[in-house]
Amino acid sequence: MRAEERSGWRLGAPYAAFLLAFAAYPIVFALVLVFLQWDLVTAPAFAGIDNVRLLADDGRFWRAVGNTFVFLSIHVPLQIATALALAVALNRPLVFRTFWRAAFFLPVVISGAVVAILWSNLYATDVGLINRLLVKIGLTPVPWLTNPLTAMPAIAVMVTWKNVGFYVIIYLAGLQYIPKSCQEAIEIEGASAWQRFRHLTLPLLLPQTILVVTLSTINGFQLFIEPYVMTGGGPLRRTYSIVLYLYTNAFSYQKMGYAATIGVALALIIGAVVAIQRRIIGKAEAL
Amino acid sequence: MASSTFKPPFEVGTLNLIPEKITLDNYRTMWARAPFGRALLNSALVATTITLAVLVFGSITAYAMARLRFRGRPALNAATMAVLLVPGQLTLIPLYTLIVQLGWIDTYAALIVPYLFNATAILMLRQFFLQIPQSLIDSARMDGMGELRILFTIFWPLSKPVLAMVAIFTFMGSWNEVLWPLLVVRDQQLMTLPQLLTVFALGGGAGTVGVSLASAMVLVVPVVIAYMFLQRYFIESMAGAGIKG
Repeated sequence: MRAEERSGWRLGAPYAAFLLAFAAYPIVFALVLVFLQWDLVTAPAFAGIDNVRLLADDGRFWRAVGNTFVFLSIHVPLQIATALALAVALNRPLVFRTFWRAAFFLPVVISGAVVAILWSNLYATDVGLINRLLVKIGLTPVPWLTNPLTAMPAIAVMVTWKNVGFYVIIYLAGLQYIPKSCQEAIEIEGASAWQRFRHLTLPLLLPQTILVVTLSTINGFQLFIEPYVMTGGGPLRRTYSIVLYLYTNAFSYQKMGYAATIGVALALIIGAVVAIQRRIIGKAEAL
Repeated sequence: MASSTFKPPFEVGTLNLIPEKITLDNYRTMWARAPFGRALLNSALVATTITLAVLVFGSITAYAMARLRFRGRPALNAATMAVLLVPGQLTLIPLYTLIVQLGWIDTYAALIVPYLFNATAILMLRQFFLQIPQSLIDSARMDGMGELRILFTIFWPLSKPVLAMVAIFTFMGSWNEVLWPLLVVRDQQLMTLPQLLTVFALGGGAGTVGVSLASAMVLVVPVVIAYMFLQRYFIESMAGAGIKG
């Protein structure tokens, strides 16, 4: 064997072993678990397609799916709008530009658990800052996290705030590639600021928008710590996310087969939603 | 109001408190009620070990994948790409049952071993290693250097920017991770900081807003200090990893 061939195998082997144990095995075993009933204490029992059947009829699971879609339908558009607006604002010559960029990015580096605890206090009905401001301007306080209608939107706004700096960086990178000459040409044509944005900036930023849609969707499906800390899934299970339901089944009910089935279903849902989004955006692009 | 929510979170937090309430009492209560000092050590130990492992093992792997021609290489490259496409929720439960069967519940191994290699890090390092001239490797081999020595004495000094990027996003990912510790650790003495914070806040252990925010500060302040000094690297690193991963 050549020396290089030997070195390659030697240096690559630990990673290959790791992949087998902590990637390949779990992926295969996830599919096996779908057909098992297992509480981790007694021996696993073959359950046929019971888990799949249970999942199809489980109102709580579909409620969690619905909740997650409610979250995404607020989070994704809001994330695009806020990130785009901030990026355009930050792309101009601005005092303390680096400072602003850094300030908006700070929540990205902070633990979601901490952000959730801080915002629980902001959203608190009686003593929260938001409601105190509402009262000050003469409005009635809103029970943000205890009203079934406002709880999930409140969480979506918070997650959007936490991640906006990340997506601003993506848009800022895209804005760098819009040639100055295009800007100048369209200005000479007499286009208003809005027209410039609508017909030049927005179409040229489409690749970044696709990225923001995909990443914020995939991240949104991971929603867990925020409802876990802020609402426990309530009120009336309206903030129960798919991952929170998966966690509850594994950790509280010890239903490994069922929890793994939820995981597989979630992976399929994510794949389907991202594929559909791509197709829709692809069509919009062709227009 | 919009501007106040965009202030750094620790300032938002202080706005919530009636100023006279800010005393060290919150911190004393918190320290007395739950093992936060221990959790800080746990988090630091876990995140540091994982970061070093990802840098060292990741470099070794990336070096083999970028610069050594061997028959397993295409498979390793393909497997790495495939791993990145599989959402973590799919493997979460099987990984958890694996940890249970290994008897690793309530051990550091459960928190560390599944993170020893990181596919995103390997791909970033590999991409960087591909650009280093082959002549450097050839002449080092002529001098009788082994592959590992070439990696650590020639490649590493040239790769500082990418190593820093990998280090930051790996450390931050581990430092902030909470779902996995919640699954595999139940013993308070082994809990990481965000986990203990979550359990503490949920269990009502905090009691008052002040105490709960004080415990959040222990987690955030080291990050904010590091961020202030290294913000450019933080932004590049975490944005880069998020996009590539």
